[in-house]
Amino acid sequence: MSRDKILAAVKKNEFTQTQLPDLEILTTLTDNPGDLTQQYITIASAGGSFVYEVADMEAIKTILHKEFKPDVKIISGIKEFDEYTYAGAVANELAHSFADVELTILQAGFGVAENGALWLTETQMNVRVLPFISQHLAVIISRGFLVPTMAQAYAKIGNTDYGYGAFISGPSKTADIEQSLVIGAHGPRSLSVFILP
Amino acid sequence: MSNSTTKSHAELAAAFNKDEPRVDWHDETLWWVRAKRDIAAHKLPEWELLRETASQIKNNVLSNLSSYLEQFEANALKNGLVVHWAADAAEHNQIIHKLLADRGINRMVKSKSMLTEECHLNEYLKEHGVDVIDSDLGERIVQLANEPPSHIVLPCIHKKKEEIGDIFHEHLGSAKGESDPKILTETARQHLREVFLTRRAALTGVNFAIAETGEFVICTNEGNADMGAHLAEIHIASMGLEKIIPERKHLGVFLRLLTRSATGQPITTYSSHFKKPQDGREIHIVIVDNGRSIQLGREDFRNSLKCIRCGACMNTCPVYRKSGGHSYHTAIAGPIGSILAPNLDMKKYADLPFASTLCGSCSNVCPVKINIHDQLYKWRQVIVKEGYSPTAKTIAMKAMAFTLSSPALYRTGGKVGRWVFKHAPFAVNNQQNPWFKHREMPKAPEQSFGEWYSKRKEEKK
Repeated sequence: MSRDKILAAVKKNEFTQTQLPDLEILTTLTDNPGDLTQQYITIASAGGSFVYEVADMEAIKTILHKEFKPDVKIISGIKEFDEYTYAGAVANELAHSFADVELTILQAGFGVAENGALWLTETQMNVRVLPFISQHLAVIISRGFLVPTMAQAYAKIGNTDYGYGAFISGPSKTADIEQSLVIGAHGPRSLSVFILP
Repeated sequence: MSNSTTKSHAELAAAFNKDEPRVDWHDETLWWVRAKRDIAAHKLPEWELLRETASQIKNNVLSNLSSYLEQFEANALKNGLVVHWAADAAEHNQIIHKLLADRGINRMVKSKSMLTEECHLNEYLKEHGVDVIDSDLGERIVQLANEPPSHIVLPCIHKKKEEIGDIFHEHLGSAKGESDPKILTETARQHLREVFLTRRAALTGVNFAIAETGEFVICTNEGNADMGAHLAEIHIASMGLEKIIPERKHLGVFLRLLTRSATGQPITTYSSHFKKPQDGREIHIVIVDNGRSIQLGREDFRNSLKCIRCGACMNTCPVYRKSGGHSYHTAIAGPIGSILAPNLDMKKYADLPFASTLCGSCSNVCPVKINIHDQLYKWRQVIVKEGYSPTAKTIAMKAMAFTLSSPALYRTGGKVGRWVFKHAPFAVNNQQNPWFKHREMPKAPEQSFGEWYSKRKEEKK
């Protein structure tokens, strides 16, 4: 059987002994006491996201009303937005049925200031394909849920159990043609991030 | 495709070099990417510590690889994933074909996986009646052009937008002469969306597999891996066995290095963590050896298995930039490819370790601190010792060693050389002399240093 053959071949050639390095120094060095919101906004905007600092959910609704026509298909993972289809209610539908979704609104677990990434697990997505298949994506996050770097991000994730999780740092993009940046490759054409107090 | 050629790097590079403006454009584009990497790296004061830490984690992985693989397998099984093991490329391809055939699937969508390029999976599946569509934009472009990728991160970096426009006009029905990257990308988006929605099977690569949790991580900017995987009934993830990292928290080191080194972005748009399959769907992982366990046993070259496939060594390499990825005639081009390929086939890839100036820039930018240029130098010695170096080079080196070992012969040789340069320059200034091809030959001095020195000693007496 190939499994045992491979493992035996690998084992035979592991002739060194080394310890895992300490990650604490990197975590301490990067534990930034500065204004994470400002850092997040700068980096995420440079990566092509639209970032809004908003006072409350009502302010988000106002912006969404302005940006999206009322007749398009919008799915929301947040119960308060009762004018849109609640993602939890359609979670068992076939993934392909979301192909015509114009906008998906989801809540993120936390955000990362150094790279603009937002951490979402399957629980927040409801359906794994939703944040990818949607033409546009909006993510809501609270100010207090920003960490400086990926070191603190994984400390926060710890050993959480999930089926699927993703860091999403902007709209889908590509630069495969002559290194010209084009927003809107296969996933969302825009990412709006709403930061609540 | 890539493996049908028997031409050497030098011959293929010579062909690429015929179009000088294109070489300059290729060179400048890649250098621009390298410059972006520098800007991103210099923003982090802890950059060098990050590289060192990543390198140490990988050292630990290589020293305990078999137990990490077993741990990964056990946890992945607990998560409901199916794990397969492939000793070589042929077994990898057979496993995948069987998974598809058992389910009556003859069309698959694939996101970027250099391993499947290494295994020539697309060709194999095509022969067995399975249609594969690559979904990364750059890979789709080279697939339509019937070429292999020329760069592991930027697969069609060698193509001009006008050429891409022609390919899309022929295959995807875009307007004739259209070369705007925005419009071409939109054309590909529409075409591939239909593909994502109609394929029952999706294959992806793996960037990192975590022993502690049995999950694996895939990084893309386009979102193509996720679109394929989440819409398919069966998701197959192919990984080289060196992709293991011990713990989830180690991603906090590697994800900070990977994209900064690759393109200068702080992170890819998507870093997707697959732990369990969706209800009613399947995830299969194929763990591939294909020579990796042998490389692990080569003390001088085992560090090449630390590679996280960022492509920084290619972007910085003066030879890669001026010779193009296809000149390396192997799936992974550039400096890292040149130390990986001879492990697979020393004879076929004997030329690659010589396709370098040994300037060391690759080692300086490598995020996991692989001593790439040292290994290139060491491969040269192995290749010559094993008798795989090109005959002309072997004869020339032997002649040189013979001449240098005899002072009389050396002096006579020098005299003859100077006489030829002075009285018969046509004998060296011609295309038969490879050194002349890109250089002006120097003027020969009247006397050698040795002659001048002894004359001076005579005069001083």
